[in-house]
Amino acid sequence: MILTRWQEPETGWSPLKQMALLHNEVDRFFGNGDLGIPAAWQGATPGLDLFEDHEKLVLTADLPGMKRENIDIAVEGDLLTISGERRDSEDLKGAEIHRAERFLGKFQRTVALPAVVESGKIQAAYQNGVLTITLPKAEKAKPRKIEIKGS
Amino acid sequence: MNSIAEKESTKSKVVPYGRPVAPDVNIYETKDGYVLEADMPGVAPEGLEITVESGTLAIAGERQDVAPGILTDGETRSSRYHRVFELDPQIDTARINGRLNDGLLTLTLPKAEAAKPRKIEVR
Repeated sequence: MILTRWQEPETGWSPLKQMALLHNEVDRFFGNGDLGIPAAWQGATPGLDLFEDHEKLVLTADLPGMKRENIDIAVEGDLLTISGERRDSEDLKGAEIHRAERFLGKFQRTVALPAVVESGKIQAAYQNGVLTITLPKAEKAKPRKIEIKGS
Repeated sequence: MNSIAEKESTKSKVVPYGRPVAPDVNIYETKDGYVLEADMPGVAPEGLEITVESGTLAIAGERQDVAPGILTDGETRSSRYHRVFELDPQIDTARINGRLNDGLLTLTLPKAEAAKPRKIEVR
């Protein structure tokens, strides 16, 4: 039996193409695309948590103080990319800085999802500075009960 | 002390799961006072506690979000935030103001009127 990686059919949606380009870039960087590298990043990386149950995967990312329109989520095959930009508040321009620990600027993070998901049913919410992405598992990725036939 | 200095080393890089973590902060000084911004993702206004007591400012918060399943891969998550600062005595503590938006706490700490530069006119 040959195990092939599940592939999303190609579409004309441009973020997916960009994702594919990035994927290639990462593959080139590590020399091989089949090493199972879980994540590739550029700039800062928001802290991620991944949750799983029988029905779904849930990915949460700590992105405090963001504008919703500055967060981008893209899924291509089993790769999910979160990118965006966190900007400084305008009204503090010119103020003297005593401490600067908060990350400002662009970030991008790509993770390999551990299960096949229904890309059409992915939902995202942003609350209290936490981005929550819910990815329902595809039917074939869900656990199945096998009945044992008795005599 | 003419700044908002950290009370003790409440900021540590490695934090065991569940113990309070020091939120990342930015502190700015303007002519009217100070602005402190703290990253507290997952904290709702009801989970936030700000205490000003004898020249110190303590910010504490508890995450309100619940785990939506079994955690298979966790990184920076801690359920609580805590950090203490020593305040510039020029700050008018009665007028400290705060707001929490999308997990970002912004505190405005105005300087007392007496501490602001004032022009004296000579007649």
